[in-house]
Amino acid sequence: MTVHIVKSFDEELNRMTGEIAQMGGFVEEQIMASVNALVRRDSDKAQEVIAKDKRIDALEDEVEQMALRLLALRQPLAADLRLVTTAVKIAADLERMGDYAANVAKRALTLNKLDPVRPVNSVPRIAELVQGMVKDVLDAFVERDVEKALAVWRRDEDVDAYYNSLFRELLTYMMEDPHHITPCIHMLFIAKNLERIGDHATNIAEQVNFLVRGKPVEEARPKGDLTAYSTPES
Amino acid sequence: MDREADVAEARIDQGESPFRANFALGENSSATPDAGAPQQIAVTAKDVSVFYGKKQALFSVNLNIERNRVTALIGPSGCGKSTFLRCINRMNDTIEGCRVTGEIKLDGTDIYGRGIDVVQLRARVGMVFQKPNPFPKSIYENVAYGPRIHGLAANGRELDDIVEQSLRRAGLFDEVSDRLNTPGTSLSGGQQQRLCIARAIAISPEVILMDEPCSALDPIATAKVEELIDELREHFTIAIVTHNMQQAARVSQYTAFFHLGNLVEFGPTEHIFTNPTEERTQDYITGRFG
Ligand SMILES: Nc1ncnc2c1ncn2[C@@H]1O[C@H](COP(=O)(O)OP(=O)(O)O)[C@@H](O)[C@H]1O
Ligand SMILES: [Mg+2]
Repeated sequence: MTVHIVKSFDEELNRMTGEIAQMGGFVEEQIMASVNALVRRDSDKAQEVIAKDKRIDALEDEVEQMALRLLALRQPLAADLRLVTTAVKIAADLERMGDYAANVAKRALTLNKLDPVRPVNSVPRIAELVQGMVKDVLDAFVERDVEKALAVWRRDEDVDAYYNSLFRELLTYMMEDPHHITPCIHMLFIAKNLERIGDHATNIAEQVNFLVRGKPVEEARPKGDLTAYSTPES
Repeated sequence: MDREADVAEARIDQGESPFRANFALGENSSATPDAGAPQQIAVTAKDVSVFYGKKQALFSVNLNIERNRVTALIGPSGCGKSTFLRCINRMNDTIEGCRVTGEIKLDGTDIYGRGIDVVQLRARVGMVFQKPNPFPKSIYENVAYGPRIHGLAANGRELDDIVEQSLRRAGLFDEVSDRLNTPGTSLSGGQQQRLCIARAIAISPEVILMDEPCSALDPIATAKVEELIDELREHFTIAIVTHNMQQAARVSQYTAFFHLGNLVEFGPTEHIFTNPTEERTQDYITGRFG
């Protein structure tokens, strides 16, 4: 897109995009760090993740302030207006993702105090998947690439599929031995947190689509989390 | 001032009533040649081009102005907004060397057609200008002038009623009711502009054209005129030229973007300001180099 006649307007819009990209980088880091803390039973690392969540909250505040200032002082229109409103929403999604990562770290702390459960390979796998979604959807945002955003949006199905299989796996462990229930429940919440991060990535994908095209996504949203209907017998 | 004299003049005029008697434009559907034309369209412009001598200022503009809606005309200076507006009440006729081609219909009747009385057309299509231009007369007389020359009041009481109602609709009556006989030019800029609007609506036009009506006003006076425009559309169809993008967004339901004499994009205001279709529209309204 061509540049604004008022240069500082471009600078402000670019700075807002930059803040979002930085938030995304922090979220990716937090996801991986929280899962590493879990897999390696590293409580110091988990504490670090919990403490670092503040950085993401602070950036969200900053994006919100910038958006308010832009609305009040620049009265943005059309694509500029859509950028300001989507930036606020994307920042809110990223902030929630940060909370989920911090929650994974908190549960890792608890699990580290219990006997190790049988390794659940699906958790790092889900983490890797959602981290990739966060990275790609923010690239799509910065590059205004709708196709890339929609590819992320469709990938959410894979996350749901992993989550569903993990859910069933954990059910069988719990049925095996009631002592497994406490760690398995924590593990289940951890997986659910990661799965929710994927959902927020799809929200961002929808925002990118709206930012570029000015209308909502037409496809029906992929719906993959079927655990609401699952029973131990299934 | 001598309101008695005003009233007397109104009485003298009432006999002829040329405006009502032989107005050439279709006022009801029976006089409308285009029986199929939808009633919600007040003005239809088809392939309208305007030339000032050899220079072409408008290029084949097609635009429908919806009844009881505010249509904003936006675009950079010199793109032809005022030229287009002036086509609708044939003000361009008064400009030496100006030629209009194409077709403009008001209620389905070609206003450039034969037998059209331009004076009566301008009574149906009122105009408000950038700079408030009250007559050098009393407030009362500014508003009473039009209804009197068009014989709209049967007597002095009726004329008083028209003046009061017009001033009320223009949101000015309470501010001036105790000084109707003081000169219109003694009012503030914002009040003068609302007086001009009262003057325009006093003859019950169907369409009101406004050419940057707020550009000489301060923000409060501007807000009052904008509020007024929103109220007026209940009774009138309004086309407004504005340089202020936020004003277009605030007051209009439809927006037309002109560029270099072409109508580039026309659509619901909400659409134009959130998601315009044309790159040129986007560049203009977001303040980018086109
Ligand atoms: N009376 C006139 N004589 C000659 N050229 C004119 C006249 N009025 C306008 N123009 C030209 O027509 C073009 C459109 O002008 P105008 O309708 O006033 O634009 P806008 O209202 O969008 O600023 C401009 O190039 C202007 O110079
Ligand atoms: Mg003009």
